[in-house]
Amino acid sequence: MDIMKSLVETFAGFVPDQKHDPLLDRDGYLGKPLNRADGLIKVRGEAKFTADYEIPEVVYAVLVHSTIAKGRVFRIETERAKRAPGVVEIFTYLNMPRLTAPPLVDIQNLKKGMAASNLPILQDAWVHWDGQPVAVVVAETLEQAEHGASLVHVEYERDALAVSFKRLKPDAVEPADVMGEPGVIGIGDAAKALQEAEFSVDQLYQTPRYNHNAIEPHATIAWWKEDGTLVVLDSTQSVYTTAASLALIFGLKRDGVQVIAPFVGGGFGGKGGLWNHTALCAAAAKALQRPVKLALSREGVYRSVGGRTLAEQRIALGANRDGKFSAIVHDGLTATTTHGRYAEQCTFPTRHLYASPNIRTEQKIVYTDTVANTWMRAPGESIGTFALESAIDELAYALQMDPIELRRVNEPEVDPTKQTEFSSRHLTKAYQEGKEKFGWNSRPSEPRSQRNGKWLTGQGVATAYYPFFRFPAKVRISVSVDGKAVVQTPAAEMGMGTATVQCQHAADRLGLRLDQVSFHYGDSKLADTPVMAGGSNQTATIFGAVQTTVEALHREFLKLAQQAAESPLAGATYEDLEARDGGLFRRNGALGETYGAILRRVGKSSLALEKESGMPLELLKYSMASYGAQFCEVRVHEDTGEVRVTRWLSAIDCGRVVNPKTAVSQIRGGVIMGIGMALSEETLFDERRGRIMNASLSQYHVPVNLDVPPIDLVFLNIADEHAPYGARGIGEIGITGVAAAIANAVYHATGKRIRELPITLDKLM
Amino acid sequence: MMRNFSYTKVDSARSALTMLGGSVNAKFLGGGTNLVDLMRENIEQPDALLDVSAVRPLEISQRPDGGLSIPAAMTNTAVAIDALVRQRYPVLSQAILFGASGQIRNMATVGGNLMQRTRCHYFYDHAARCNKRGQGAGCDAIEGFNRMHAILGTSEHCIATHPSDFCVALAALNAIVRVESRQGVRDIPFEAFHCLPGETPHVETTLRSDELITSVELPPSSCAGHSQYRKVRDRASYAFALVSVAAALEVENGIIREVRVALGGVAPKPWRARHAEQILSGAPATAATFQQAADAELLQAKGLGDNDFKVELARRMIVNLLTELAESRNK
Repeated sequence: MDIMKSLVETFAGFVPDQKHDPLLDRDGYLGKPLNRADGLIKVRGEAKFTADYEIPEVVYAVLVHSTIAKGRVFRIETERAKRAPGVVEIFTYLNMPRLTAPPLVDIQNLKKGMAASNLPILQDAWVHWDGQPVAVVVAETLEQAEHGASLVHVEYERDALAVSFKRLKPDAVEPADVMGEPGVIGIGDAAKALQEAEFSVDQLYQTPRYNHNAIEPHATIAWWKEDGTLVVLDSTQSVYTTAASLALIFGLKRDGVQVIAPFVGGGFGGKGGLWNHTALCAAAAKALQRPVKLALSREGVYRSVGGRTLAEQRIALGANRDGKFSAIVHDGLTATTTHGRYAEQCTFPTRHLYASPNIRTEQKIVYTDTVANTWMRAPGESIGTFALESAIDELAYALQMDPIELRRVNEPEVDPTKQTEFSSRHLTKAYQEGKEKFGWNSRPSEPRSQRNGKWLTGQGVATAYYPFFRFPAKVRISVSVDGKAVVQTPAAEMGMGTATVQCQHAADRLGLRLDQVSFHYGDSKLADTPVMAGGSNQTATIFGAVQTTVEALHREFLKLAQQAAESPLAGATYEDLEARDGGLFRRNGALGETYGAILRRVGKSSLALEKESGMPLELLKYSMASYGAQFCEVRVHEDTGEVRVTRWLSAIDCGRVVNPKTAVSQIRGGVIMGIGMALSEETLFDERRGRIMNASLSQYHVPVNLDVPPIDLVFLNIADEHAPYGARGIGEIGITGVAAAIANAVYHATGKRIRELPITLDKLM
Repeated sequence: MMRNFSYTKVDSARSALTMLGGSVNAKFLGGGTNLVDLMRENIEQPDALLDVSAVRPLEISQRPDGGLSIPAAMTNTAVAIDALVRQRYPVLSQAILFGASGQIRNMATVGGNLMQRTRCHYFYDHAARCNKRGQGAGCDAIEGFNRMHAILGTSEHCIATHPSDFCVALAALNAIVRVESRQGVRDIPFEAFHCLPGETPHVETTLRSDELITSVELPPSSCAGHSQYRKVRDRASYAFALVSVAAALEVENGIIREVRVALGGVAPKPWRARHAEQILSGAPATAATFQQAADAELLQAKGLGDNDFKVELARRMIVNLLTELAESRNK
């Protein structure tokens, strides 16, 4: 692996940079605040999500979840439930069809499938977490299935459980890898430099467990066709890998499973990997020879779908009098499971954000008997920036220096640990523009110096950071004689505006009108490529594939045109041409012809190609990420400790903005989720039983409207020439830095530093 | 959901009570904002629902003594926006508007609000031990997550809080719960309506199984017109109180003539702060008096770890609210 990596890196040294993308200079659909393609049907309630589909002959499945965290099912009494009206069948490990264990996530090999846990699904009596499905009750109606499930009686044999983070800490180990990177990365001698530093901070920052709480709880409908193939409607952000996972679990060929996800009501990472219910639904459908619908309750999501791990992070910073960092230490400790082994990459921001001759980042994990933890919006970066950006604020006070100035003097010229150039980094400019718009300069530097009656006011900042990802991917594009184009790939639309921006891009790339382009997504059969919504990659990934495929199409069209001597494109080379007005035209004149004209002359009804984009070698050659500056103002009640966020501004450097309208929503959504993370969200995990105690939206406090201030935005809109159309992902950067900005503002308001999220009022009283 | 049950909509208290007499394991249904949730969770399992949400009257009437009579089937919203309520008992209107969400308040009834049950995590979780759900089962909240739990009036069997905001104001206002059975009408003073857990946490009110709440009576009060509700919770809206305070104050020549204080989020029932009132009554309206009153009320308060902060929070909120009321001019 390491040899391969160094080979690739050496090779990357010779990678020529991408050519300047002519679309960056073109006034087209890209960059315009277009309405969402699915906006109208969503506000009308006409958009169908998985559980909305009505399939003839369908039966309903409900899960029975384990109420112990570790042990085995000793006896399971199903007779009463079986006799209940409408109950069709009850599956336990005793009568479940035999299933292969699901494939654990491997980012290097997505084609094999992707699950957050590799435990066999309902195949034996062992219980590994509280909430694990121990039975599936299937009935003619949902109510009958739920009633049946309430009658299943399970007796357990309990084993000693390991769930206490505090008690497990001494047993923490270094993970095999952290999202493909080593657990320890550093330069110089940070420990020594820290000791010698004139100024320093050295603190622990704690974040609790969080759950995603997408508005649409997970749902699956599965049925088997007569030819033995499986069709699954599933609320997933990754149709292709879900199909691949199911193929492996059921011993089918990859094309023996079709997974369809028409619309998905939010995912935030919680619908990335395959979870038990999807496989259980398909297995029940197989055994019963009937379509089965399984929609998890809100509680069911908490019990059987993992969330964000809790974490404890130590940040130590050393600096000299002018603020330059001499040492940065970031030790991250997170929890995971032996069957999921996901070390959340909380130290990653520290690997790339600030210059210092001495940096050490280290991650460790403890193994707990819980549902597998998984990605949740900006996994790593959201909690990592809370720790790092809080510590920098603390250091700024120690130095009596403006926190923005402190970040500016530590702006690196090259990536500090990767030692490569940045593809495009404008963090300082983001701070500069944000500062002016927010009115930062009128802020008194002294903490606890602004008050309105009992309310103390403060302002804080923090850096937002999220890396750029692009995967090689295939798209299929078909251009027909009527001048219309269809672009298809197994992408996910969970509310981000996927179809909207892909149509904008494809229309400009092909030189077509927006109404001539359709984008088909949400079906694993659309192309043999593991496209998914995750890591803010999807837009760039598909843009790259469309760019590659359109170029191939254009070359094909040129060949076809040049079969006729009378073509206005006779004698032209590909480089002479541009796509506009529905076809190919010479750059310097009006001569050219439409796709329709070319196809008509050669008697073809359409031309279609499926091409794959290249490996993301730009990620090796450059340090590629989005950056931002989060500014906020809070009020804190002096006596009660209540915190209200009153003002927000995000200044974001995410490359070129593809659609300002959908982009604004992505950032605002991220900030709102960050406000929840900072102030009110926390999964209450009772360590006595290893059980989540607030598995409901009434007791897990996501922000409500009144918690959210107006959120102002600045997009720098500077193209990253190394990303397709100069655009980097924006799904996750919005949440990063938010919790730290709030904690920093709370400190500024009150003089109290809170290092443990959420910042509930009792901590400020 | 759920076990089968019958559903009957009744149009008068009399027919409701007749139907009740002929049913086994029946429950009255108001807006259903709590009862239906509890049925979905298999905590409440009635065999018959008698829907009393249309039982008339549905309008507030003036009592001969100058008070108001609020019918049990009125929605929380209708009470909150009533002009007489807002004028004479502002604390009641405010308390309602601080609770739940607009949608829930539009459905929830007065009678239902009085009968709602605790939102303790362990009460809702069948895998946990709870003395309200299973008599003598034990209580997992005492050594569990008890941030939301009570600091006053608890027992070793239950530390759950009463979740209502509305009821906190009613406690402060000396409300009377009027109930009817086939034997006749009975008035229950508000403080005697909800029970402390003691040895029997499953017994939550003194309402008998053959009785229906028909109205809440508000007696006239010289201080109620100058009253206010303050609620502190874990987010800005749509969350149960960590601590809430309802207070009414009448000051004459710097001396407290009449005062009412009740607390929410701190006890298994809406908590009338009698100790505080005793100190306040007839004393000078000064910060020192308010402080002394708050201290007296919380003398017996006891945190269990996560909820320790409530003792100090309640103290500060009592003092702040009384100070605000004293500083703002008597109407």
